[in-house]
Amino acid sequence: MTKNTKHTIVALVENKPGVLNRIASKWRQRGFNIESLAVGHSEIPGLSRMTFVLGGPAADVEQVTKQLYKVVDVVKISDLTEEEIVTRELALIKVNATDQNRGAIIEIVDIFRGEIVDVSPDSVVVEITGTEDKVDAAFEMLRPYGIRELARTGRVAVTRGRATSTLELESAGERKYRPAGQGKPRVGSLL
Amino acid sequence: MKMTGAQIIMECLVREGVELVFGIPGGSTLPFYDAFRHYPQIRHILVKHEQGAAHAADAYARVTGKVGVCCATSGPGATNLVTGIANAWMDSVPMVAITGQVVTWLIGRDGFQEADTTGITLPITKANWLVLQADDLARTVKEAFHIARTGRPGPVLIDVPRDVFIQEAEFEYPETVDLPGFRPTLDGHPAQIRKAAQLIAESEKPLILAGHGVKISRAFEELKELAEKAHIPVITTLLGISGFPGSHPLCMGMPGMHGMYWNNLAIGQADLLIAIGMRFDDRVTGALKDFAPHARVIHIDIDPAEIGKNVKPTVPIVGDVKRVLAALNPLVKEKRHDEWLAWIRKVREEHPSIAIPDNDELLPQYVVKKIYELSGGQGYVVTGVGQHQMWAAQYFWNDKPNSFVTSGGLGPMGFEVPAAMGVQFAHPKELVWSICGDGGFQMTMQELAAIVEHELPIKFAILNNSFLGMVRQWQEMFYGNRVFATREFGPDYVKLAEAFGLMGLRVTERKQVEGAIHLALTHPGPVLIDFQVKPDECVYPMVPPGASLSETIDQPPVEAKPTPRREKVKAK
Repeated sequence: MTKNTKHTIVALVENKPGVLNRIASKWRQRGFNIESLAVGHSEIPGLSRMTFVLGGPAADVEQVTKQLYKVVDVVKISDLTEEEIVTRELALIKVNATDQNRGAIIEIVDIFRGEIVDVSPDSVVVEITGTEDKVDAAFEMLRPYGIRELARTGRVAVTRGRATSTLELESAGERKYRPAGQGKPRVGSLL
Repeated sequence: MKMTGAQIIMECLVREGVELVFGIPGGSTLPFYDAFRHYPQIRHILVKHEQGAAHAADAYARVTGKVGVCCATSGPGATNLVTGIANAWMDSVPMVAITGQVVTWLIGRDGFQEADTTGITLPITKANWLVLQADDLARTVKEAFHIARTGRPGPVLIDVPRDVFIQEAEFEYPETVDLPGFRPTLDGHPAQIRKAAQLIAESEKPLILAGHGVKISRAFEELKELAEKAHIPVITTLLGISGFPGSHPLCMGMPGMHGMYWNNLAIGQADLLIAIGMRFDDRVTGALKDFAPHARVIHIDIDPAEIGKNVKPTVPIVGDVKRVLAALNPLVKEKRHDEWLAWIRKVREEHPSIAIPDNDELLPQYVVKKIYELSGGQGYVVTGVGQHQMWAAQYFWNDKPNSFVTSGGLGPMGFEVPAAMGVQFAHPKELVWSICGDGGFQMTMQELAAIVEHELPIKFAILNNSFLGMVRQWQEMFYGNRVFATREFGPDYVKLAEAFGLMGLRVTERKQVEGAIHLALTHPGPVLIDFQVKPDECVYPMVPPGASLSETIDQPPVEAKPTPRREKVKAK
């Protein structure tokens, strides 16, 4: 049996309508469950960076990665599972708070190096940044006070050191990607 | 130069060398059809159902190597194309589908004849586009043709709202395509090719499994050179048939579920499989855990995702089959495998697999074999999907490259009539046989009207057993002989032929077969022959679903099963 592990996959995609749908559709066709997905702009104009976390046997993840390359708008895919990477996610947690326990909550948030970003008479909003484990731990510590809302971004990742999961530099500060269409900037939504 | 969106598309089609468009117009595509008048070099073939347009374009592309083009209006027109697009997707056929869409300001408001066409076709196209302004049309069409025919071919779709057909824009055809995410690997890795040559040199019991990729990349000569030089038997998959000459002493026919018994046994014995442009479909491999237990595998395919998907190769080679073989052949040493071939020949003699009993019954196999013999291996044969398809695959050992046209991956009944139309349009002077099942024929027979209109001299042979034969065979074998919903009521096919304007013939006895085929071959126009064959005939050999190739049933079991007889279902 192949071992089931969590895989971190980074995809650089052209910022065009429908791309997210196409990629999600490929995962779905092959029966994959996406545990988290974070999308945002990359350092290259016109390219978005998607970070997926997936569970499943390594052989299946390889197959799906190959399938993803069939999506014409996908420029590069990297499986970072075996790489040295820095991963972070951000969570906003709205917790019940009273005058009696607000101090205790602030203490917990300090331990996790989080921040209180909003206060109201009966609640606080806590911002936590870190690995999923750290966010989980903070959540567990805050849970007894009563959680009203939780919003997590999902994992984002970059490789440590010189290795990179983006396009290679052609010369100082210039990537090898030029969007098609006479240099017109392509802005648009992935949806 | 300013042009309307419709004119821009037509200009692009001209530049892409398109000669034929199969389609049906509708409200959303009317401005597009209005532009056809000014482009007499592009013929529009009005079919009777959009599925027919897609299958015809598909078959046209298979036999010409060009991109097939079909066209439909928005909503129901586009959804009717879906089966044909999915078929092209599964079999890697280059196709461009142009669909109309409701006007841009109605999109998403459930307008009349609106469907989310790009959403619906997303999983069955290499790429698709909803073009929202005429400015983007030229580049989109250019990219569409490039993607459809480059790398592993496949269908693409361009969805155009009615107002975009009318909108004016500056026409400039892009010279180049710049798609950073789409650069297929064409040349195989030299080190891998050297390794492959090494494995071939070491092998005592090698087999070549030749698939559709051989035909797609036109690697007929290269395959022949490899087989002859290293003296390796060639097994052709269903879609690989006619990728290697059927009369060649090294040609072994088809493997798999209804393949030749000797091939399935040989795969179990082989120490090397050279898989060329094939994807280890479950109909070829049977149960994967027992597939080719002693063999190392060289897998050559242009699509990296096919490598290791089902069978893990010893030597994977990503690249175009023709180029890879051209690089491999000079490295391959001349060798003989007489002992190995003698072993296969022995199995072949002991288990003839496709011998036809010498009696008076009108067996479908007999009909297929006679059509093959009397046509002298000339011309093209098109099939539908089902029992008749398997018999055609078993008996048509064509020499003519790329002359066997059938649907492999998707398996849609009803492929046979419109696909034959596409082949005959591509090769107007060649002989085209369409081997039909009575079930599939009734799904798309309306295209006979288009065939007669354009005077296409296609010869239709319906192997009429009054059953959905393959399904009935499974009911008999795996569902306790509970035959349900598979008995077909068919029309009088001779009258039907005459109503459409074809010559219609009926054959009910074995002794009439040759005469009818002769008549069809000498008649200059289209002919339909209703062969009323033995209704309960089953396809053998057979690997039961889920079983291994080593469990192939060569011949039907001796104990007689209760026979469903032909009963005419009377029309009320």
